[in-house]
Amino acid sequence: MSNEIVLEVRNATKRFGPVLALDSINLTARRGEVLALLGDNGAGKSTLIKCISGVHQFDAGEIVLDGMMSPIKSPADARSAGIETVYQDLALFDNLTPAQNFYAGRELSGPRWLPLGLRFLNTREMDRRTADVLDRLKVVLPQRDATVALMSGGQRQAVAVARASVFARKVVILDEPTAALGLRESRKVLDLVAQLRDEGNAVILITHNMEHVTELASRAMVLRQGRKVGEIVPTKSNQQELVSMIVGAATTDQFVQPDRAG
Amino acid sequence: MTEFTSREGTQTPAAAREGATPLALWLKLLSAGPIVILVILIGVLSIVSPPFLTPRNISNIVAQTAVIAVVAMGQHLVILTRGIDLSVGANLALATVMGALCYKATGSGELTILAMLASGAVVGAINGSVYVFGRLPHPFVITLATLSIAKGLALQLADGRAMPGMPEVIQVIGGDSFLGIPVSFFVVALVGGLILLMAKRLVWGRWTYAVGGKPEAALRMGIPVRGVLISTYVIAGLCAGVGAVILAGRTDAGSPLFGNLLELDTIAAVIIGGASFLGGRGHIGHALIGAVMIGVIRNALNLLNVGIFFQLIAIGVVIVIAVEADVLRNHLESRVRTLRAARLA
Repeated sequence: MSNEIVLEVRNATKRFGPVLALDSINLTARRGEVLALLGDNGAGKSTLIKCISGVHQFDAGEIVLDGMMSPIKSPADARSAGIETVYQDLALFDNLTPAQNFYAGRELSGPRWLPLGLRFLNTREMDRRTADVLDRLKVVLPQRDATVALMSGGQRQAVAVARASVFARKVVILDEPTAALGLRESRKVLDLVAQLRDEGNAVILITHNMEHVTELASRAMVLRQGRKVGEIVPTKSNQQELVSMIVGAATTDQFVQPDRAG
Repeated sequence: MTEFTSREGTQTPAAAREGATPLALWLKLLSAGPIVILVILIGVLSIVSPPFLTPRNISNIVAQTAVIAVVAMGQHLVILTRGIDLSVGANLALATVMGALCYKATGSGELTILAMLASGAVVGAINGSVYVFGRLPHPFVITLATLSIAKGLALQLADGRAMPGMPEVIQVIGGDSFLGIPVSFFVVALVGGLILLMAKRLVWGRWTYAVGGKPEAALRMGIPVRGVLISTYVIAGLCAGVGAVILAGRTDAGSPLFGNLLELDTIAAVIIGGASFLGGRGHIGHALIGAVMIGVIRNALNLLNVGIFFQLIAIGVVIVIAVEADVLRNHLESRVRTLRAARLA
């Protein structure tokens, strides 16, 4: 793989009180590639992506974006750096329409000389652009100007992924995007993920579904108890190996982090 | 999804509608409920009590409702963000006392109005700041505390008595009429128009709805949640200040005893009007309709010679009904969602 590296995380460490949630994790994400992030519950996957997307901050370690050191101190930092995240609970606002959800926190508005909060919303433009994106991604919704409260799980997931696709310029992180979906809805979401990748984003995908990993991911990285226990190219034949790494029965020799004594 | 949604749209539209129609109808009915009830109420009352629909009495209702309406509009912003402001009544009382003191000291009508608004805004700012920076789980306790503090401060400053005497400009705002319409009506309309503009057209308004809809998500979307929360309490305090101007003008006095149970009336107005107690849903119209409904009920019970004690009971019962309607609406919506999801699976 010679795709250019967009995101690099080096020696990331994070503690919650006495718990070492992340222990010197290294991660690289490349343009046009899906990196699967695997691990059992509590392995540190969510903590890792929350740090990359600015919800938490690493205690130690660095984030390098396009070769430049990028301290990410808040979700706003991450978004303005071109990192979009689709959270497990979707972070959708039930009381808002898809367009309002798309632009929540980065509304198109003016005039520019006013302080941000006091600017007037450019509703028409936001509606138009949202409609364009939904068309491009072939997301069909019962009613585009209705609140998302009444939409099905798959439709909501599609809205959340589509939202990420509008603003992502570098990295898209998806936390178990198909966990609560049926087969057909999962298929549609996976197609959306592939589309994000083909549009040149580095995609980081958290999932428990090995089929999805082998189908989409160029590399799979496994975390266990806050440590990186391996990184391999997933194929149909090494699925079992991946599962073993996740549950702790085996490790791949060539990529194991040096185990620090103590 | 392309495939099955188009199927939903073309091949089985009847089935799709069958599942949703009765529920959707109920939802529509619930959202239209308050205004329908208000119209029916006015219709019935004008038959039962002939003096009810006279211009004089209507003007009366408007004047009496103005204070509740303007403070309820501030309260509605706070409730929109899943909060509650119990201090508005005491805040209003303190503002009238501050105004009376300012008038005594300066003799200026404009400064007196400014003092009342500033007093209201400061109490609001304290509510918001302590709630946000004190990391309180809910604004209930802090606004309960400022209720006590503001009330005590007002009693202390006024020595427990009403302070008569208000400048002419305030008396005009609170007591005069223009073209047969109470001036306070125009004040309510002005404040309402401003808040409507802010809530529906400004970025700030969108943020407010987002924070009310899902605070955690608003944080992750980079919305300045703390600032939004504080601003809603400041505006609620400002509205209490405006209410203070109207009430002080109508009574030509500042008094620490004003605003008793105003928190109840304003919260009731917002909920009765149809805003959701669960946050994220509601608009200025809800606060207005609710305030008018409370004003109409009070006025009618007065005309029908029903005692003040019973009025309290009646308002309380109406609140329970309104909150249950809100719960019912949320329940129906989740039913609709489940039905749709089931159809798609």
